[in-house]
Amino acid sequence: MQKSLHINPDNCTGCYQCVIACSDEHGDDFNPIKSRIQVFRFEDEGRYVPYTCTQCDEAWCQKACPTDAISADADGAKIVSEALCVGCKVCTIACPFGTINYNADSGKVNKCDLCGGNPACVKACPTDAITFIDANTTGFDRMRDWAAKTDAGSQTSA
Amino acid sequence: MKADYVIVGAGPAAVSAAETLRATDSKGSILILSGEKHAPYSRMAIPYVLTGMIDNEGTHLRKNANHFEQHQITVQHDTVTNVESSSKTLALGGGGSVEYGKLLIATGASPVNPPINGLDLPGVHHCWTLEDSDAISKIAGEGSNIVLMGAGFIGCIVLEALASSGANLTVVEAEDRMVPRMMNETAGNMIKDWCQNKGINVLTSTRVSGLSKSDEKLLVTMDNGDSQIADLVVVATGVRANVQCVKSSGVEIDEGIKVDEFMQSNVSDIYAAGDCAQGLDFSTGGWSVHAIQPTATEHGRIAALNMAGKEAAYKGSLNMNILDTAGLISSSFGEWQGVERGEIAEVIDHDNFRYMQLAFNGDRLIGALTLGRTNNIGILRGLIQSRTALGVWKERLLKNPNRIAEAYIANTQ
Repeated sequence: MQKSLHINPDNCTGCYQCVIACSDEHGDDFNPIKSRIQVFRFEDEGRYVPYTCTQCDEAWCQKACPTDAISADADGAKIVSEALCVGCKVCTIACPFGTINYNADSGKVNKCDLCGGNPACVKACPTDAITFIDANTTGFDRMRDWAAKTDAGSQTSA
Repeated sequence: MKADYVIVGAGPAAVSAAETLRATDSKGSILILSGEKHAPYSRMAIPYVLTGMIDNEGTHLRKNANHFEQHQITVQHDTVTNVESSSKTLALGGGGSVEYGKLLIATGASPVNPPINGLDLPGVHHCWTLEDSDAISKIAGEGSNIVLMGAGFIGCIVLEALASSGANLTVVEAEDRMVPRMMNETAGNMIKDWCQNKGINVLTSTRVSGLSKSDEKLLVTMDNGDSQIADLVVVATGVRANVQCVKSSGVEIDEGIKVDEFMQSNVSDIYAAGDCAQGLDFSTGGWSVHAIQPTATEHGRIAALNMAGKEAAYKGSLNMNILDTAGLISSSFGEWQGVERGEIAEVIDHDNFRYMQLAFNGDRLIGALTLGRTNNIGILRGLIQSRTALGVWKERLLKNPNRIAEAYIANTQ
């Protein structure tokens, strides 16, 4: 079954534990810059928004990759193969969400991989601002609307 | 021979089309005609073969050797010499012919030579095919002398690979800056400064006027009177759409094969996709060749849907690129030059090689340039292609263009 992260910014207190947990999970250090989930703060509104890849069905990053380095796992997560990625960065401009990024240290691209089905950010979040549930019930409608607006691809009919 | 769907070419557009055809029509026969002897591969990955990061197989568009067979897609290695649209027949270079139901031309592009003498001498190569890359890697290396003609997008991709070989590298560019069609004067010259700091000799506003043999090496003469001895000359002075095989088919050709928003040419049942196709341009509403990988795969997918009878209109390709010149990463999107009565925001940090320019039309983002930034840059595409009204964020971006991610999140989340 496809599962995805459900983000509810209203619950986010801006504690950044998801960011710390993600960087720890995917690297050797607690380094927010290396996290694959980001928290945007809007000080004027007192609003915090966690933000990461939504694992689109028709993933731009995957389609744009020239070396077949991005594939989907059982949860529907789009995974970057470090062995196949050459670091050309084309996926980073193809993704209209900006959630696949180049890492100069590794010379490869990074993105959220849902931690193999047990996301560290979800475990770290104390307020249920980030949960991991069935993709069909996450109400990703806003993201889907955005995806449709952005789709350089097509609007199919018939 | 006969196939319901025939695809000429075996690059990203062709593979994307073949897979979409199979997903849409489980029964139709699909034939890919590849003019090269390799499995379908990506030209874009060739520089990484040159650096030794991957071998030839690393460039293959699908890593599973049986991928095409498993999807009942036939890949045949042959060239197409002529398309006869009245009988819906292709003449093959190896003799024989193929009848098609629907035809996709995805023949890509080929390098264009500048009008100078000596390009046929040994040691002068394009960097376009896997064979070129093999030939170049035999000569390039620690202490070798290389002259690279052209600092456009392709030249700069090759530059990275050549510089990392430890060669003494000179780049000769006719325009006044590097990547002139992708970067403005400020950013193009910052890239030049960066490369020169890395020990690469960059000559702008300079042309190579001739090549000749000098002992076992090449003598490269410039139009400023200078000359250099080189072991290797790499020619990257532009490309042109491969349209030879459809010249007498009745298909309309301009910069490439003209296609409508359904990727069909003016001749019914003949479609085109990728670098050989002049398709709908998202930014201008006109018709452009955008020779980039994302456009190729989008073209291939849309063409295939229509070929298989599932009507799909393309919204147009966005011209965009990303480049890594010896460690400095630059990107460009859409109409970065700006439009009349539009506004431009710019922030320059010469010392740290960081730069950002945004172009607006009303309160919408229409183009962008970045230097030294890698985080969230895809958002620039998203903001441009969704035509998001920026509201109060436009003023904020005019003051500080670096706040693009916040502007996007605030408007969409």
